[in-house]
Amino acid sequence: MAECHPVGFQWVMEAKARGAKVIHIDPRFTRTSALADTYVPIRSGSDIVLLGAVINRVLSQGREFAEYVRAYTNASWIVSEDYADTEDLDGLFSGFDSETRTYDTTSWQYEGHEGGGDEEEETDRTRESEEGQQLGSAGAALEHHEVRRDETLEHPRCVWQILKRHFARYTPEMVQEMCGIPRDLFEEVAEAWISNSGRERTTALVYSVGWTQRGTGVQYIRTGAILQLLLGNMGRPGGGIMALRGHASIQGSTDIPTLYNLLPGYLPMPHAHKHPDLATYIDTIKGEGQKGFWGNADAYAVSLLKAYYGDAATAENDYCFDHLPRIDGDHGTYAQVMDMIEGGKIFGYFLLGQNPAVGSANGRAQRIGLANLDWLVVRDLMMIESATFWKDAPEVETGEIVPEECRTEVFFLPAASHTEKEGTFTQTQRLLQWREKAVDPRDDCRSELWFFYHLGRRMRERLAGSDDPRDRALLDLTWDYPVHGPTQEPDAETVLKEINGYDLTSGELLPGFTGMRADGTTSGGCWIYAGVFADGVNQAARRKPGREQGLHAPEWGWAWPMNRRILYNRASADPEGKPWSERKALVWWDEEQGRWVGDDVPDFQVTKPPSYRPEPGSSGADALAGDDPFIMQADGKAWLFAPKGVLDGPLPAHYEPGESPFRNSLYGQQQNPARQMYTHHLNEMHPSPPEPGSEVFPYVWTTSRLTEHHTAGAMSRYLPYLAELQPALFMEVSPELAAERGLRHMEWAHVITARAVVEARVMVTDRLAPLRIQDRVVHQIWLPFHWGPGGLTSGDVVNDLPHLTLDPNVHIQEFKAGTCDLRPGRRPRGRDMLALVDEYRRKGHVSMATGTVAVTDEYLHPAGKDREEQAQGGRTGIGTGAAPEDVDEFTSVEHHWERGTAQDQKTPVGGDEGER
Amino acid sequence: MGVRTWIEGWPVYRQLTGSDPLGRGAAAQSGRSKALDARTVTADRVARSVCPYCAVGCGQRVFVKDERIVQIEGDPDSPISRGRLCPKGSASKQLVTGDERATKVRYRRPYATEWEDLDLDTAMDMIVDRVLDARRRGWEEKDSEGRFLRRTRGVASLGGATLDNEENYLIKKLFTAMGAIQVENQARI
Amino acid sequence: MVSANSLYGPVDPAVDAGYDAPPSRKGFFTDTSVCIGCKACEVACKEWNLVPEDGIDLLGTSYDNTGGLGADSWRAVHFVEQSRPIGNKGAPFAELPTGPSGTGYAAAVAAAGIDALEEASRLGTGVPGGQPVAEAAAGGGCGCSGGGGGCGSKSSAAASAAAGAGAGTKLLGMPGMHAPGALPDREGRSDVRWLMASNVCKHCTHAACLDVCPTGSLFRTEFGTVVVQEDICNGCGYCVSACPYGVIDRRESDGRAWKCTLCYDRLKADETPACAKACPTESIQFGDLDELRERAERRRQQLHDVGVTEARLYGHDPHDGVGGDGAFFLLLDEPEVYGLPPDPVVTTRDLPDMYRTMAVAAGAMVLGVLASAVGRR
Repeated sequence: MAECHPVGFQWVMEAKARGAKVIHIDPRFTRTSALADTYVPIRSGSDIVLLGAVINRVLSQGREFAEYVRAYTNASWIVSEDYADTEDLDGLFSGFDSETRTYDTTSWQYEGHEGGGDEEEETDRTRESEEGQQLGSAGAALEHHEVRRDETLEHPRCVWQILKRHFARYTPEMVQEMCGIPRDLFEEVAEAWISNSGRERTTALVYSVGWTQRGTGVQYIRTGAILQLLLGNMGRPGGGIMALRGHASIQGSTDIPTLYNLLPGYLPMPHAHKHPDLATYIDTIKGEGQKGFWGNADAYAVSLLKAYYGDAATAENDYCFDHLPRIDGDHGTYAQVMDMIEGGKIFGYFLLGQNPAVGSANGRAQRIGLANLDWLVVRDLMMIESATFWKDAPEVETGEIVPEECRTEVFFLPAASHTEKEGTFTQTQRLLQWREKAVDPRDDCRSELWFFYHLGRRMRERLAGSDDPRDRALLDLTWDYPVHGPTQEPDAETVLKEINGYDLTSGELLPGFTGMRADGTTSGGCWIYAGVFADGVNQAARRKPGREQGLHAPEWGWAWPMNRRILYNRASADPEGKPWSERKALVWWDEEQGRWVGDDVPDFQVTKPPSYRPEPGSSGADALAGDDPFIMQADGKAWLFAPKGVLDGPLPAHYEPGESPFRNSLYGQQQNPARQMYTHHLNEMHPSPPEPGSEVFPYVWTTSRLTEHHTAGAMSRYLPYLAELQPALFMEVSPELAAERGLRHMEWAHVITARAVVEARVMVTDRLAPLRIQDRVVHQIWLPFHWGPGGLTSGDVVNDLPHLTLDPNVHIQEFKAGTCDLRPGRRPRGRDMLALVDEYRRKGHVSMATGTVAVTDEYLHPAGKDREEQAQGGRTGIGTGAAPEDVDEFTSVEHHWERGTAQDQKTPVGGDEGER
Repeated sequence: MGVRTWIEGWPVYRQLTGSDPLGRGAAAQSGRSKALDARTVTADRVARSVCPYCAVGCGQRVFVKDERIVQIEGDPDSPISRGRLCPKGSASKQLVTGDERATKVRYRRPYATEWEDLDLDTAMDMIVDRVLDARRRGWEEKDSEGRFLRRTRGVASLGGATLDNEENYLIKKLFTAMGAIQVENQARI
Repeated sequence: MVSANSLYGPVDPAVDAGYDAPPSRKGFFTDTSVCIGCKACEVACKEWNLVPEDGIDLLGTSYDNTGGLGADSWRAVHFVEQSRPIGNKGAPFAELPTGPSGTGYAAAVAAAGIDALEEASRLGTGVPGGQPVAEAAAGGGCGCSGGGGGCGSKSSAAASAAAGAGAGTKLLGMPGMHAPGALPDREGRSDVRWLMASNVCKHCTHAACLDVCPTGSLFRTEFGTVVVQEDICNGCGYCVSACPYGVIDRRESDGRAWKCTLCYDRLKADETPACAKACPTESIQFGDLDELRERAERRRQQLHDVGVTEARLYGHDPHDGVGGDGAFFLLLDEPEVYGLPPDPVVTTRDLPDMYRTMAVAAGAMVLGVLASAVGRR
């Protein structure tokens, strides 16, 4: 946190000065570790073992915050008798199909609700269109009605007992064996966490992409959530789980998503198979008899359609629901890249302040994809590598991209900076802050608001009068934004007002999302942002100095929803509405006033008393009882066990990363069986035990940021003041590894994977230490990933090293752990580099099937299926419709140019359909 | 300037007549030093802004003089950052005013080895042509089972995490209306 | 004996320099125990003072790529990696297998038929490319990483510090500078601490740079700080060798001397200097020097109370060799570890005596000449 969010870290330092104990867990000793009270080294990719062992300690020693757990979680709910745990199936949950590599979640449901699960085929689709991420935090549909409970928590199939059994094997010994964390250190962490939680005290958990950029990333966070719930740390001051996000408005770009599977406010993008009409669409969100505020999904969806299509959206035409395109699979950024490589599907690409040639996983695949487009529009502050790949990509050196033969037409359009436009960013705590414009942009620099408004305007002018039905949505679009100034800049506040929404009968801005209606009388572009313009005031522009306000500074900016600063803060009071302790009071029920009061805006219906019990048969917000604090959840409770919404298990289980030097000690199952992979010769994976050959890639590599640089480097490598602070790519190794591999401080070394070779200067440092895992010593190598060919300081692209293995829930890549070899000296150049990669692939017997096995037991006991056949079953990449050569190449270890094709091809990479 | 003033401005005179006989303080102060003023004070206006780097959301004050940004520093009013900035936030002025900043449209023709100039208006028209064409070529009206798709996969987009909410809103709105579903950003990465 | 216009001892420098009723003396207290090494101070200083970029070179001295203070670096964050525990903290790597290498892995790799060194040389990559910037420095570095902390050669460190921001100062406490194979026995290394400290001009009570400046370019401001006036400086460089801390330096491009002004222009506008304003964790604190000294002593005591007994103040004492620093520090190790001289003395301290002696000698000589003339007559 000191490394990547230094200014946020001031609050950690302040807490520390007031006596808080700060524990930092990281594969390498960082600037955060230097200031922490305790530093815990860990093998990258083993966090669930550590967290699971703390959970086990809580459960086995009865250290949970019992009243909280009983009242606010689903601990007492009874799960279907069809459910089988990883304990029963050696690392798999019930319902796994190794052909489709997906779970049928029927057996994970509560008893009597098995019908609510997803059939296997449906889950496959769910994964591809990523519904696990939709509906906000976890509000997947669930009919709550009357779930059977056992308040004594003794029923063998109640969540509590399942949890105890599930985590029993997560022991301190296992932590030592898999994480490399010594017993004493584990004891210290576990005791500190547990003893600092409960009625009087709370513990905060902070994570970042070290957890999300994993093939099992969602389950890492689930493990943290389970622990924080058991200890009563959610919805309470000083508690919680803080996701530190890495970009100025990455939270905003998820809320108002530029994501394929979402519409604003976490409404799902309509699915071709599931949402034939608006009524069905809304029903699948609301669920039948489901509790909570998704019950008003109809109002949110209709208001959005009214904001999009204005008067054209009427009750008769389903409010233009059919103007919305349908998704039917994985259309994520990595799927797009594989399509670009394959060719013939994606013709044009926009890059908006994003530099995938450096910043996305498997950089070679990224750049070769770019080289295979018809046209590319890059909008950025700097001339980034994703715009110049046709002349300076590493593939130019290898001959895989030949400028004279690369057909991609590139438009580089300079962007306006944050000082040259006005608008809101949403920061990591959901707080919207309005920026004032300081100066006009220079020359051709323009905002995205300008670009997309005028792009749309010109397209609409071009299509005016068209009677082609496919143009209807564009022509019906409300797109008449006022413009001002010499550049005709659209008015950002008008857009923010549209996002906030209007009462269309009066023309007034909506005060909040509860004002939205499903009858077409309200509009609103993002329901969770409704209220940002309450009372006609730009609430995000409020700047009452923090020192003149209380702890939560409610008059600085505006947090969604409804300016609530701590989510689910109803849980800061006990079921009767009294604070759990005076020390940790936040909101409470005031009997005299008949409302919830406190230091924060209550995240609850403000006049609903704690004693309220819903009428039988009610649904939505009305069905929430007075002691149901988790108001977006389908049952008002926090889920220790997740019957829905997570696709790779209702509970987290430790699996080894897609590439690991070690066998999983916890289960026979080696890797997350439901992980998503792209099978392609550019994306081959290393063997992991029990597959042979893992010793060829004996080391673990991991990456992260440096304080002095920003992501793919466009905003730092091009700035002298930042470039000089970290002037070159380097890798950190322990003195022991340096000795083992003959590396010298500040000289060169190169890291080799089956995808790429990356060279960097060597930083030998005591801040990295070897770990003992399963009685073997393992070395970890750390690299920052900010470098590329451009900028004032250039270097190899570290993101060329990883493979594309994705978390099945959110399609985020496994960036943070992989295996490699490490050698002294500079890397070979050009084709010699590819030859080195091929040599390693040969030695490790790497093929496109390597590392793709879904069920380890089937690999060990093949029953007639060889590794290739098993791998075929799980191919989720470009398997369908791929050229015949692709199949031939399935076991090939050669780069395709070695077969003499590159020289002969007009377009060495990609080319026309079917040709690669 | 009168002779008297001129003489009084002479450091040696000041040194010999004033209270600084060694000439190390008041007597040595130059005209420039005397007239020195902070750019934060002489600025024409201040814009209240937010740091564009990570997601902490530190407050920034952007000082403008003669329509140029002369200083960017932390906003002490912000309850998030209390006026502080990290090295990246502190470099914001260089980010927006630095020499490496690209300010002109550039165009690379297919198979070309160099960039060309292109005016913005022409570029916009060319992009409109290409978007409409790619949209048409990638159009999918129905899937193999006759289910309604009404979408295009000919166009894709990546980016948004560094953009404003208002911008993301227009991007999603426009792409959705043109039937383009492949809209993605850093949140997936 | 301290008197008006003394060149040593505790004085109020602004009053001493002829200001009537000056504002209270301003300074920095840099509490290195909360420094996170983010370098915001370096950038904020450069942005405000328009200081040019100082070279894009990887130095290999932990995360310090600034290489000490200079004409183009008025703040410089020093990083020290040490194999020793910090005060009240545990040993981060206790019980980890941090001994000499030679694990089963090397054998396994060899068994797989890959010999890294052999492979590398076969592919022509065994020869390290480029001349590592810090190689020369590494060769001359001191072997201080073998535990115990600190550096064995204090005198050389002090000397190089005094000689300016020389390469030697960057290597203190830095482990891993040894050629492989020359690694000392590291069996059971368990401790690591990472010290970070933002260095800056000390704004000495008795500033030798100012005393030797022949042009009056360097002057004492009403805030008691020492500032180079860029419109006066002629680049003679006397100040550079006079500074006991090796802070002030001439800029290559224009030959003039440059250093921290404690943001004189901002002080005049009653604003906090840029570095202190940016500092995320209040490691750099700005204020009235008297108050800062009290605050610093409280902080030192607080750290001692919680077991960080190595915490000490540096440059706070008005009775030290420079009359106390306007910018002083709380350190967690000997000053030399941070590249700071242990006992700096204003290099002009004896100047008045020397002048007096010289005057006496000159007088005696005159008398002698006269006497001889008289005597001859």
